[in-house]
Formats: sequence, structure tokens, C-alpha cells
Amino acid sequence: MRLRCPICGARDRREFYYQGSAVMLDRPGPDAGEVAWDDYLHLRENPAGDLEELWSHDAGCGAWLKVTRNVSTHEIKSVELAREVKR
Amino acid sequence: MADLIAKTPLDGIAPVTIGTCTVAEVGLGTLTSIAPYAGAKIADTFKTAHGIAWPAPNRATGKEGARAIWFGRDMVLLAGPEPDKALAKHAALTDQSDAWTAVTLFGPEAEAVLARLIPLDLSAGTFKRGHTARTQIQHMSGSVTRIGADMFLLMVFRSMAGTLLHDLERAMASVAARR
Repeated sequence: MRLRCPICGARDRREFYYQGSAVMLDRPGPDAGEVAWDDYLHLRENPAGDLEELWSHDAGCGAWLKVTRNVSTHEIKSVELAREVKR
Repeated sequence: MADLIAKTPLDGIAPVTIGTCTVAEVGLGTLTSIAPYAGAKIADTFKTAHGIAWPAPNRATGKEGARAIWFGRDMVLLAGPEPDKALAKHAALTDQSDAWTAVTLFGPEAEAVLARLIPLDLSAGTFKRGHTARTQIQHMSGSVTRIGADMFLLMVFRSMAGTLLHDLERAMASVAARR
């Protein structure tokens, strides 16, 4: 599997560290309440299809990436800088 | 006060030649990581101060004695001169001089040696002189830069100097054995 880092170009999977669902980018406000925080911390979708994930280009440029990956086929649909997504 | 003697990461070993390739420790001088602040426009200041261009991602500028090597997202490594004070207004400057092991690998089969260690296409057509990459060298995070037709500059963390030399020797021997 290869990921196309927007900064470095296509790189081997071994250069990346997997963080999990990209839901971590949408942190609830401090006053959002227990349900929202419980959801944010513990509850995850488990689709057999496209999933938005966070990967760190650990052994490369160090950027966090938001990757859309089909978890059944490992097809990479898109790779964006998490910094750009949050802007 | 004790008189301390500075040692290079590989303790100044003599160049090692196996087959057609040679690995040699190099002293790059002062190493400074330059991390521009958000929105900072540092390129002109850098060019004026050091006479070499601010490198784009995956590129290195300058030559022996004064190089600017792209070193990651929003970071450039200045290797050689002391950083000009004018840069401090635009970027965080951090002295890294004792933190990195630097070696050159040169020889007609240098690409074949590195193909055993680095998961990148380093052939002359795609990875030209002045191209650089942050990547893995065997299992170590490192930096690789082509500084000549058959010469590469490799950098890993200082603590991994021995492992880098070991891995390069193994790869050089492996290439040499197949001649």
C-alpha cells in the first residue's frame, strides 16, 4: 500500500503511522456535554467501505494526513494535509 | 575544569570501501534547524543572509560548506555556517550540531546500495542532484540528498551512527558479492 503525501509524493506504507478515524479532527467544545464527549472519545463507525482516517508521515515530512481509504480494498481515495482540512 | 575532547558520531573513522562504493563520515559544520513561524516570509531574508536559495520541499540548495536542506514540513536544515541573526525574526532556530550523524556514500553503484536500504526510487532520472527526501534508511528515520552524480549525503540521529555504518557495510558487501 502506498500513500501519496501532498508534500513528499507517493511513499511506502512503512513510512506512516496510523492514528485512527479522522473524527479526532472534530473535537467537541468543552461544554458540549457528556454524550458528545463520550461519542468523541469512545464510539467509532466500523464501515466495510470508505473511512476517513488520520495518518502521520512519521518517517517523512512529519505532517498529519487525512486519508480516505476503502478499508475492504485498501483503495486510497484521497490524501489531504490535516492542517488544510482544519483551516 | 576538565578539558573535554569533542568526538564525531563515528569517532572520525577512516572511509570504508567495499566493492565500488565508499562511505565516509563528514563534518557538516554547524547544523541549525530553521522552522518558519506561521505565515513568515523567510526566503528573501535567507537568500540575503546566506547567499543560497531557500529550498522548496524535497530540494536542497547550496554546496559543500554551506547547504540548505529541506528537512520536513515547514523545516529546513542549514548545514555549515552559523545562522544569521536576522533569521530569528521569522523562524525558530535550533542548534542541532551534535544531534546528527552525517556520511557520504559515493561510487558507481551507490544507487544499488541504497536501493537495499531506502524505499524510494533514487535513480538519476527521478532523484537528481539537489533532490532530498526525509525517509527511512533501513529502519531509521533519516535524510538522503543527492550531492553529486554518484554521491549521496545521508543523515540519521547521532545515536544511530553505528547502525547506519553497519547497514551500509552490509548493503555494500551485498552489492559487491553480486558482481
